Amino acid sequence: MYEKKELNKIRDKRVDWEENCYSNMAKEYPERKIKFENLSATKIKNVYTPEDIAHLDYIKDMGFPGGYPFLRGVYSTMYRGRLWTMRQFAGFGSAEETNQRYKYLLEHGETGLSVAFDYPTLYGYDTDHPLARGEFGKCGVAISSLQDMEILFSEIPIDKVTTSMTINGPAAIVWGFYIANAENRGIGKNTIGGTIQNDILKEYIAQKSFIFPPEPSMRLIVDTFEYGFKQVPRWNTISISGYHIREAGSTAVQELAFTLGDGLEYVKSAMERGLLIDEFAPRLSFFFNAHSDFFEEIAKYRAARRIWAKELKKLGAKKDRSLIMRFHTQTAGCSLTAQQPEINIVRVTMQALAAVLGGTQSLHTNSMDEALALPSEKAARIALRTQQIIAEESGVTDTIDPLGGSYYIEWLTDKIEEETYKYFEKVERFGGVISAIEKGFFQREIAESAYKYQKEIDEKERTIVGVNQYKMDEELSVPILEMDEKGEHRQINRLKKLRKDRNQSKFDRNLKRLKKAAEGVENLMPYILDCVHSYATLGETCDVLREVFGEYKEPAIY
Amino acid sequence: MKRKIRVLIAKPGLDGHDRGAKIVARALRDAGMEVVYTGLHQTAEMIVKTAVQEDVDVIGLSLLSGAHMTLFMDVTRLLKGKDMEDVLVVGGGVIPEEDIPALKKAGIAGVFGPGTRIEDIVEFIRKNVKR
Repeated sequence: MYEKKELNKIRDKRVDWEENCYSNMAKEYPERKIKFENLSATKIKNVYTPEDIAHLDYIKDMGFPGGYPFLRGVYSTMYRGRLWTMRQFAGFGSAEETNQRYKYLLEHGETGLSVAFDYPTLYGYDTDHPLARGEFGKCGVAISSLQDMEILFSEIPIDKVTTSMTINGPAAIVWGFYIANAENRGIGKNTIGGTIQNDILKEYIAQKSFIFPPEPSMRLIVDTFEYGFKQVPRWNTISISGYHIREAGSTAVQELAFTLGDGLEYVKSAMERGLLIDEFAPRLSFFFNAHSDFFEEIAKYRAARRIWAKELKKLGAKKDRSLIMRFHTQTAGCSLTAQQPEINIVRVTMQALAAVLGGTQSLHTNSMDEALALPSEKAARIALRTQQIIAEESGVTDTIDPLGGSYYIEWLTDKIEEETYKYFEKVERFGGVISAIEKGFFQREIAESAYKYQKEIDEKERTIVGVNQYKMDEELSVPILEMDEKGEHRQINRLKKLRKDRNQSKFDRNLKRLKKAAEGVENLMPYILDCVHSYATLGETCDVLREVFGEYKEPAIY
Repeated sequence: MKRKIRVLIAKPGLDGHDRGAKIVARALRDAGMEVVYTGLHQTAEMIVKTAVQEDVDVIGLSLLSGAHMTLFMDVTRLLKGKDMEDVLVVGGGVIPEEDIPALKKAGIAGVFGPGTRIEDIVEFIRKNVKR
């Protein structure tokens, strides 16, 4: 980006500065640390100059917002046109309680919904299954049937507000509940909008809520892609997620590399089925973590967009809509401290700001009390207000990609891209993503990074305010959310009644037809929807598929 | 020579958050203990059965889903039934302060929340192991 002569001048000046200014001062006032490294162990220089970005070609490598390679943003107007969607992940107890929380959040200015399901739901079990013991409503809301979904969205305008659902193993069925509920309310499935996470690869890698083995899981996912672009065109049928990989302990580079690798694996699977890339790729979306290293996170999002655009182009995508990486961000749950929980508000603010400066399409800000329990109403409201302050008071939304062109940010973006490609090669040597999962490659890489991070904290090489520095004795001062004790009982009775009242012969017929279809090669979505409409429960429907597909068991490596 | 302390690290229930369990397993091994890790999705019965088979001195339970009051206590109840109360049981995860007294009463000798130094867990086990 600079003339050779100009660069030489800059280099000479910098060398002079290193030798005569920086070193002299550092003799008198030594550097604070032996090494300056970010969370991915990338060495950080004392200063960045035009030399560090001299190799970049502005038009080719950076371009303009809304244009290839989309480094500066996926839309040409970005936040000057429309702010990101403020989408707070929420769910606990019964459908009734969570419905109240959604109404509360919408009243306070939230612009999209995001459903957290409890563990039994995530694993495709009904609330009355023996393995659901003790888990009802703990990590999210329990949804066992279409009836629960009706209650969850009761009096919520699902034709206007979009909904994201964190569901993976049984995603096709839970999406079926949402579609069926819309249909029953007279809302066309071509008008509803939202996202299902539906990313099974990162479940095997990190979050671990899987049901079926990889092959049938990939089939179900491609089924949703195909059904989606034909029937539910405003729906993002997958949210390819790095969030959980990061929470499990990976570095930023690993998060990005593994997530993009998963994304490309889905694209290849869909193409092998014969789907056209420009038909399904526009409905692929992503989900990243916002951790505490401010600049590294910003660079990560920018690198993500550029790599994705390049790779999709290589795979033959022509439309801009196919090349753009739209993503949701959530601040890092694993960075929150149980100690002095109020200071988490500050952490979340910094992380959210990184996501916004990185050009996110939607954002969840964590509540200060999440290292202790599910968020209380007040904590959830403050988290939402944090986004509103960034959006409407800080001024950072007035220009697009305000850090673009920063010597440091552009250098770091390049560096992250380079490291990501190194991981792509490693995974290739393992024989691709699924083979690398089966050989435990990702799991070991993540466990290694998590252990290193913990050691650095224990040995005070890395400061966590309130945990290993600036500690204090304190009384716990954050009120913890209390749940309705009777919710589980109510839910179990509701299930009993549902099983008794539904049309049994229609139910039997639809489950049989699903089983037969699962044994064949047809798209399963229409069969799943028939089961849903006949009020088959989540557990019953998953059992049919478990019978045909089997279950995945992971090796216990540490 | 005194035998090494044998520890079972277990993940009860459906919770998939295994970052902490794996870090603790590795740290205890590095501290010279023998560690068996159950992997995910264990029922209380499976955990106690493994504890018997592996003849462990310590069981470390890890849970971040909030179901600790049910699932941790299932394990201690089964241990009592098998006369294995001399096995030291500790637990960790997202556990609210107010739940700790009841857990201790039920036989969970040590409860370690977010922000715990691994060294503190090692010391606690060395000091309190009964076998």
